[in-house]
Amino acid sequence: MAKEIYSTYPMVKYLRKEALPTALCPGCGGGTVLNAFANAVDQLKIDPKDLVVVSGIGCSAWIASPYFLADTLHTTHGRAIAFATGVKAGLPDKKVVVISGDGDLASIGGNHLLHAARRNIDITVILVNNFIYGMTGGQVAPTTPFGAKTTTSPYRNIEHPLNISETIAAAGASYVARWTTAHVYQLIESIKKALQVKGFSLVEVVSQCPIQFGRRNQMKNPAEMLRWFLKNSVPVSKAKNMSPEELEGKFVIGEFVSRQRPEFTEEINKLIDEVQENFGLKGE
Amino acid sequence: MRYPFPVGRSDFIQGDEAIARAAILAGCRFYAGYPITPASEIFEAMALYMPLVDGVSIQMEDEIASIAAIIGASWAGAKAMTATSGPGFSLMMENLGYAIMTETPLVLVDVQRGGPSTGQPTLAAQGDIMQAIWGTHGDHSLIVLSPATVQEAFDFTIRAFNLAEKYRTPVVLLTDAEIAHMRERVYIPNPEEVEIVNRKLPQNEEEARLPFGDPHGDGVPPMPIFGKGYRTYVTGLTHDERGRPKTVDAEVHERLIRRIIEKLERNKENIISYETYALDDAEIAIVSTGIVSRSAVRAVKILREKGVKAGLLKLNTLWPFDFNMIEELAEQVKKIYVPEMNLGQLYHLVKEGANGKAEVELMPKIGGEVHTPMEIVERVVG
Repeated sequence: MAKEIYSTYPMVKYLRKEALPTALCPGCGGGTVLNAFANAVDQLKIDPKDLVVVSGIGCSAWIASPYFLADTLHTTHGRAIAFATGVKAGLPDKKVVVISGDGDLASIGGNHLLHAARRNIDITVILVNNFIYGMTGGQVAPTTPFGAKTTTSPYRNIEHPLNISETIAAAGASYVARWTTAHVYQLIESIKKALQVKGFSLVEVVSQCPIQFGRRNQMKNPAEMLRWFLKNSVPVSKAKNMSPEELEGKFVIGEFVSRQRPEFTEEINKLIDEVQENFGLKGE
Repeated sequence: MRYPFPVGRSDFIQGDEAIARAAILAGCRFYAGYPITPASEIFEAMALYMPLVDGVSIQMEDEIASIAAIIGASWAGAKAMTATSGPGFSLMMENLGYAIMTETPLVLVDVQRGGPSTGQPTLAAQGDIMQAIWGTHGDHSLIVLSPATVQEAFDFTIRAFNLAEKYRTPVVLLTDAEIAHMRERVYIPNPEEVEIVNRKLPQNEEEARLPFGDPHGDGVPPMPIFGKGYRTYVTGLTHDERGRPKTVDAEVHERLIRRIIEKLERNKENIISYETYALDDAEIAIVSTGIVSRSAVRAVKILREKGVKAGLLKLNTLWPFDFNMIEELAEQVKKIYVPEMNLGQLYHLVKEGANGKAEVELMPKIGGEVHTPMEIVERVVG
């Protein structure tokens, strides 16, 4: 039965079939992200042999590994981008992609996210933001909305969520976009752009976790969560003219930045040439 | 290829500088680090040399990122190194375990200073011996080298890379603030004089499919590095021979962990290195490692002049550990003294090895100064 379903799914060629079915819960947004990423790779005709996918710890990290069929590095909690930095420096001609969650990349790994953006190293980060620590049982995250209930904020969350996309745009990334799992086509386009841009790119995907987040916040089924995303999504252009009060509880979607800045691995090569020229070592 | 420092002759340099030059000669082409006393000079030298040899040196945002980056670079096919001191070493422990679990060759230099915590940043200590061996969680093994001179810091760095590559394992080079900042005459060999070992790469598709198997029967699988089209799956989770997570299978876990430990254990004889001085007819033995060994040699000379049949066993490797050799020594001598710059770490390994066959006495010293020869002598003759 399961095998038949996979055989009709055109993107199955990018997946490790023996790892299927996925460990993701029914209704999880992770499948949508995996599908969007596979479609972006497919549309750009990127050979998976030219991809290295790196992930950290948590549900969203599993999207990359074990499921995606490329060289994959499933690392320690929070450190995926730091590992990816070494991979990219060693293999500057390959596309290096990090897929992981909000807790992994923006909490324990927040420092690496910030500095990779500042360094503008040519890595694409797909950050799946489901507002919660899913795998460990629904604990509060730095992205959990103010007032939301989680297992470690059982009464209500008294902290304010981090605006990841704005923070990383400010830190110096070449490309930053945010979409939700209810905006699949736009998401695919943004992932394609992110994969092509030379420099650090972040695609934040607001994603549903009906089991650990929705269930405790009056949205038991995935469709309710997707409707919540659609109802509260505001395009970047419109959000510019809105006050912080008006934007409370909204998801600002679209491209935050798309710009050319010197990229780290290219700068390394420039430096090598420059230094060797100065020391008269060129061509040796 | 031209080197950014003179080769084939001696130079008068610091221990930290010697480590950097040795790394370059050993083929290290990726360095990631974070500033910390007394290891910063290694990083500064690497930053200076790397662009001249087509290598990369990156200052990461912290030590956790530094070791993460070198693991990533090692999977990208590079020989990679980071260096730090106590506080940074503590931060690296989790990813050191990841490197052991994923069998990633790398060299981690820990220039020991007084601890715990920020402690004595500029002063030497040997307080990280147990941490180097046992600091990361879970059952594991790795290689720990311990130089006593600037020349050894140089030689052991090259050896560290070769051992890391040969056995697909992280190697810790444990030096200290004293060796790091001391200047000594060091012979920098010509590149052709340097023995270089490179990691085994898969020779065919079948081998590439078993990144964590044992196709050669030596416990060391060929490494299907990234970017070659192998689609290798690497994870810190318990994994089977093909790299697939099998986290609740006791048999898979035991097979993996035992192989990782066994691949070093069965090659102990090739890894373990030590030197002896006047030990053949000794009745009193001093067992030491690192900088303290230099005072210990002098102490043995003085003791011999005083008619005491003393001898020295200087350990160049701290792990794997030859417990049997210590037991044989304990059968030969009446007493073993262990001078070390901590309150007792190597002592416990030696005591376990001695197995009650001889009395083992600790000579601890903390605060930043190396034992003087006379301190050791007086302790022995009372």
